[in-house]
Amino acid sequence: MLNRSLAPQIKDAVEYSISLKSPAIFKLDNNVDVYNVQAGTEEVVQIEWVFKAGNWFEEKKLVASAANFLMKNGTGNKSAYEINEFVDFYGAYLNRSCYNETAVVSLHCLSKQLEHILPLVQEIFMDAILPEEELLIYKQNMKQRLAVNLKKCDFIAGRKIDALLFGEQHPYGVYSEMGDYDALQREELLAYYNAFYKNGHCTIFSAGILPSNFQELLNRYFGKLPFNKTVIQEKSHAIHPSSQKKWNILNDAEGVQGAIRIARACPLPTDPVFPKLQVLNVLFGGFFGSRLMTNIREDKGYTYGIYSYLMNHIHASAILISTEAGRDVCEATVKEVYHEMDQLRMHEVGKEELLLVKNYLIGTLLGDLDGPFHIIGRCKNLILHGMNVSHFNYYVDVIKSIQPHELKQLAEEYLIPDDFYELTVV
Amino acid sequence: MIQFDRFVLKNGLKVLVHQDQSTPMAVVNVLYDVGARDEDESKTGFAHLFEHLMFGGSVNISDYDEPLQLAGGENNAYTTNDLTNYYCQLPAENLETAFWLESDRMLSLAFSKKSLDVQRKVVCEEFKEHYINKPYGDVWQMMRDLAYKVHPYKWMTIGKELAHIENAQLDDVKQFFFKHYTPANAILVVAGNVDTAHVKKLAEKWFGEIPSGVKYNRNVSQEPAQQEERRMTVKRNVPMDAIYKTWHMASRLEHDYYATDLLTDILGGGASSRLYQALVKEQQLFAQINCYHFGSLDRGLFTIEGQLVKGVEIKDAEEAIESELDKVRSQLIDERELQKVKNKTESVMAFEDMSVMNRAGSLAFYELLGDGQLMNEEFKRYQDVTTEDLQRIAKDVLKDTNSNTIWYLAN
Repeated sequence: MLNRSLAPQIKDAVEYSISLKSPAIFKLDNNVDVYNVQAGTEEVVQIEWVFKAGNWFEEKKLVASAANFLMKNGTGNKSAYEINEFVDFYGAYLNRSCYNETAVVSLHCLSKQLEHILPLVQEIFMDAILPEEELLIYKQNMKQRLAVNLKKCDFIAGRKIDALLFGEQHPYGVYSEMGDYDALQREELLAYYNAFYKNGHCTIFSAGILPSNFQELLNRYFGKLPFNKTVIQEKSHAIHPSSQKKWNILNDAEGVQGAIRIARACPLPTDPVFPKLQVLNVLFGGFFGSRLMTNIREDKGYTYGIYSYLMNHIHASAILISTEAGRDVCEATVKEVYHEMDQLRMHEVGKEELLLVKNYLIGTLLGDLDGPFHIIGRCKNLILHGMNVSHFNYYVDVIKSIQPHELKQLAEEYLIPDDFYELTVV
Repeated sequence: MIQFDRFVLKNGLKVLVHQDQSTPMAVVNVLYDVGARDEDESKTGFAHLFEHLMFGGSVNISDYDEPLQLAGGENNAYTTNDLTNYYCQLPAENLETAFWLESDRMLSLAFSKKSLDVQRKVVCEEFKEHYINKPYGDVWQMMRDLAYKVHPYKWMTIGKELAHIENAQLDDVKQFFFKHYTPANAILVVAGNVDTAHVKKLAEKWFGEIPSGVKYNRNVSQEPAQQEERRMTVKRNVPMDAIYKTWHMASRLEHDYYATDLLTDILGGGASSRLYQALVKEQQLFAQINCYHFGSLDRGLFTIEGQLVKGVEIKDAEEAIESELDKVRSQLIDERELQKVKNKTESVMAFEDMSVMNRAGSLAFYELLGDGQLMNEEFKRYQDVTTEDLQRIAKDVLKDTNSNTIWYLAN
């Protein structure tokens, strides 16, 4: 008879050797670095062109994100529709995203279609015209999207907590209002495009099953472009955190839930203590079995989910706890969050719970490194932070070796309720 | 081409094994043939609430998540109107842990009162977060109720109202479990760095003894063909007017499903689609517009939803949609345009198949449709669609007497 109450033997995930290999790298004729993971089971490719063109470099709100968005909405030769139709016809996805330091153009397509699409991407980097008509549509539609978002407590809370941590003038804390869209001018966007894309600083990250002439292809279409000729002026932005720690905002008198955000500054991802904080974060609120989830969802039922995060910015980081809870239990939720901080400061985590966290983390990393897109994603994140794969391998060592007393010390330093901003938006 | 082996245990449990030695991980996916369409109209939301309770401990194991996490695994689950799917991924050496956990909760749950009390609250918060405390969040409740008069698709997976979830009793939970969570109603897919002989041994060991249970015979009333146009208008505290239109469409197993799917792409699949180009870019009547469907197993809803540009009359916006629909009804679309949506479909499938977890989930889904092998024949069915098919579908499906329209107005 099978004894079902007895768990099968397991191999502790911490016994796995796990490491991230450096991606292959080559340079285009114009000195652009191309990082490259050639692997996979499906005939697909992903290429990302990463520019130093995030909102860190803009002089006026929204210029960076608007230029990034409109870049593929028309060139000297092709209308926005013609570009979209062309990309769709080849079953490709050409997207763009604007972040804080960087802005990205990304391409996903079947390997066999790559050669068809690259000339179009080149055209976008050489000859985007950001048409006035497209800008007008963009402003109108973005203002409507903002109007809808302003009805949501989680949206209001998300941008407010950033503003409290970094200040509304800082690229990490800045947020947009209707008037900011109205104020956008095509000339400013064109100037931004010229400086930060056309003549900007570009790094390429590629992965998947790449054609054998991949290097030649990239060089043909991107190796002659005037990238990386002009040095982008480094800028610094001062952080001005709010002096008021506790905030309650009523956005919707009829709201049935409140969005809770609790946050404080913490060391940067490049700091040796950061990987240890990552382990503490997972234990505290970083996975389904965390202290916060176990107490506030699985024991009390106050919320559908609660998580804590470490922000992944380049110039400043923070610990953030985030949840939407029933309106009548928001206060109780906040109290429990602090209670869990207290527990971590006062008591060492038990050996068994820590082993669970370690095994979970290593298991997740093993799963995450599955496939070329995930691998290049990890590498890209490290490289853009000025790190390399040895930082990842150090992180793995930290997970395997960290001890209960170290986590308690970290909690004593970083999980002090009075140090946190506390915000509830209904 | 996805390779797999298939065998059936004596108790009726179907097992599919898909090997991929390029990953150190294994995936265990258990699909139960039960969804919100199997609920009683006075106890809606139950299939989904039940999914939460599947994590509240089983007859011999007090907690599902902890041992899995200890084995380096992670897991999740989802419920739709048609099915409930549980999946976990863990290092392949620890595969047996997943068998131990999954088989015990198929054998029987702990039926803990505490778990029911807590998960009722959790699901109520999920309901609020997604369907109440969100602009336009209640529209699907109204639309399903408008479009379906008989079929249980008339309520959402989360449930018709909060009260149904708040009132769920432990007895309901037990009945539901023994009716639906049996080997005969389940499909087990094991994928990743595994081999079939070993999986077979583990399947026999852990699932073989579970009593097969009574095979549930679904007896869902099918929706009669709609004969008259249905409309409703609501006013809500939202910033912009919006319009939602649906038409009854082919079920997942009908041949016309594939042409219908491609037609939604022609109209609303991305930035070069017809509705987006004509109504957002050229006429600027809508700030956003989408066309999609839900892939429902029974006859589903072909959907167009759009948010109007402020100041546009909703009547004019609706007429503009109609005039685009007239074009697909009255003229054959271009071969190149059809080729475009086929190419997109081909690449979507390739990207989906990148992850072992997705492949395992898809195999379970196609096995539920009748045969895991369908997964490999799917693209051929799309390739066979002609421009004439698209026009015929447009005429058959997108007609007024088959339509349901909600004007969702800002007050």
